[in-house]
Amino acid sequence: MSTLLEVRDVTQIFGNPEKAHTVALNHLTFTISGETPSFTAVVGESGSGKTTLARILLGFQKPTSGEVFYRGANMHTAHGKAQHTFRHEVQAIFQDPFEVYNPFYKVDHLLTVPVAKFRLAKSRAEGRELIANSLRAVGLRPEETLGRYPHQLSGGQRQRITVARALLLRPRLIIADEPVSMVDASLRATILETLKKLNQDFGISFLYITHDLTTAYQVSDNIIVLYRGSVAETGDVTRVIKDPQHPYTQLLVSSIPQPNPDRRWGENVVAAAGGAANGHANHGCLFADRCPYVMPRCREAPPPLYRMEPYRAASCYLREEGATALEGDITQVFREQALAAGGERMH
Amino acid sequence: MSTTETRQPTTTQGSEVLRVSDLHVYYRSRLGTAKAVDGVSFTLRQGERFGLVGESGSGKSTTALAIMRMITPPGQIEGGTILLAEKNGQSRDLTKLNEEQYRQVRLADIAMIPQGAMNSLNPVRRIQEVFSDSIKAHEKSVSDAQIRERTAELLRMVGLQEDVARLYPHELSGGMKQRVCIAVSIALQPKVIIADEPTSALDVVVQRQIMQTLGAVQQRIGAAVILVGHDMGLLAQFVDRLGVMYAGKLVEVGNVRDVFHEPLHPYTQLLIASLPTLEEQGVFRGVPGLAPSLLNPPQGCLFHPRCPKVMPQCKTIVPELQEVRPEHWVACHLY
Repeated sequence: MSTLLEVRDVTQIFGNPEKAHTVALNHLTFTISGETPSFTAVVGESGSGKTTLARILLGFQKPTSGEVFYRGANMHTAHGKAQHTFRHEVQAIFQDPFEVYNPFYKVDHLLTVPVAKFRLAKSRAEGRELIANSLRAVGLRPEETLGRYPHQLSGGQRQRITVARALLLRPRLIIADEPVSMVDASLRATILETLKKLNQDFGISFLYITHDLTTAYQVSDNIIVLYRGSVAETGDVTRVIKDPQHPYTQLLVSSIPQPNPDRRWGENVVAAAGGAANGHANHGCLFADRCPYVMPRCREAPPPLYRMEPYRAASCYLREEGATALEGDITQVFREQALAAGGERMH
Repeated sequence: MSTTETRQPTTTQGSEVLRVSDLHVYYRSRLGTAKAVDGVSFTLRQGERFGLVGESGSGKSTTALAIMRMITPPGQIEGGTILLAEKNGQSRDLTKLNEEQYRQVRLADIAMIPQGAMNSLNPVRRIQEVFSDSIKAHEKSVSDAQIRERTAELLRMVGLQEDVARLYPHELSGGMKQRVCIAVSIALQPKVIIADEPTSALDVVVQRQIMQTLGAVQQRIGAAVILVGHDMGLLAQFVDRLGVMYAGKLVEVGNVRDVFHEPLHPYTQLLIASLPTLEEQGVFRGVPGLAPSLLNPPQGCLFHPRCPKVMPQCKTIVPELQEVRPEHWVACHLY
């Protein structure tokens, strides 16, 4: 199986490892297949390491240990052709559709630069046609968009231009870090629909980084739930969200404010201790201090990921019985989209 | 002040604390006049939780700022009244007060919990000093010992330890800072608390804890809350009544259950349908089209260019907000 992106045992530590430090990512290993386009969500609260992961995957930051390979080339040492390929084929969509623009340039600038840099077009006319097509693909009318300054467009339009820009390069993988968290609810659905369409029609894989479990459930096939840099639970998104098995995932899911006044907020919240976890050294499970089911052994050693069913694993001693410990690549418990397409998940 | 004679969205429970009538806030520039708030009316009763929802630019935050009299030029309150009930049964029009008179109203009668708590606390002053400043600005004869005692009590009310008072803002997490802001807002037992997206920078677990804290202290001091936001899920879980704003106007007001069960305005219907739920996957229903430009709004109903149920009269006649079900108001020609 050809692999597009391979994250191998990546650890990121901020601060001096000898003294007070923060483990932002703890031995994370997963892959994104190059064969079938996938849509993987990475969720977690602030400080869970999800943005650190995005920064490492985009090559902005070199991890403390571990490697990231893109099509077999180590991304943090690659240069020349391999680096060019990576920068061409992996694109990013960021959270804030206001800050990615230089207010002094027309929005065209964001689109013409990649066309020139990656020599996407042989002539100016061809370049314009490419830009127009990619704007249309995200539901924008080129004649209403080009030639404008960022402040003349709405937040939703600006965010869709950044999607159009990513699409322009015909990437294999898009890393989207909170792409809809600053967009109005009425536009959120439209942008997510665009992303899903690009995934299905253009075969682009997505790594969707978010704190919003509802939208993660809406668009993705598989999910990775991070808690303070470690994987709490992972696998098929339907299994994880509908029937969470890790106490942290249970807390997250029951904290979602449902748009239904008849459903009481947090009515099934297990009495998890409030507040952010403190940073003191902990040899056991990172969630132990907040966990309502904490047992003595939780404080002794961190639980491995237990694979309780084919498409799901959770890092909790409560799930040990009848499960096998999952070693290495967590993608083993991912359900492939091709399989899911025939299942109950498609409408 | 009875409901029938003035014809504006209200409910019959509790005594009235705030009545906003025909409020207009305009921003004038050389490009024209943007009617950010254009004829908004609603009433707020004691202990009530009222939500204002709308997309960016719908005027929900401007309405909140106008009540706080914090509109800055080129924005201006162009018309309307904001009546605040007084203890003696009379009411005062907040739009008529001068700056010093209004300073006395802020925090004492109407308090605001700002959007970004992290940015609203002075980084070089301890939390205790925020409370001291706030209380001393309104109560001249209070002693430092009394203030410290009250600060400790307020911090406990929002679930913080009293020694937080000695800390600086950077020593607190985002959720703790937001709790401090809630504690400050209730320091003088205001009648109305305005919360403008108080949890937009926080994640879901902390968000729920903060909103539950706000709900608990609000009930304890009997204040009414205006919650401004665009997260329909949060509003559904917190408020009693909901007002939906579109392009500077209230287009629907009603009991939160009625609005969610039977949304009357096509915009509200689309907005609720667009919400992602945990019931279905891969189904996306956005609201088609774009919000209108406030500088160059369409004729007639402002929503008509995007409305799936548009009729000929929608293009010329502006629909009035009217009560079409008991305590459920809508501005739409369909009713």
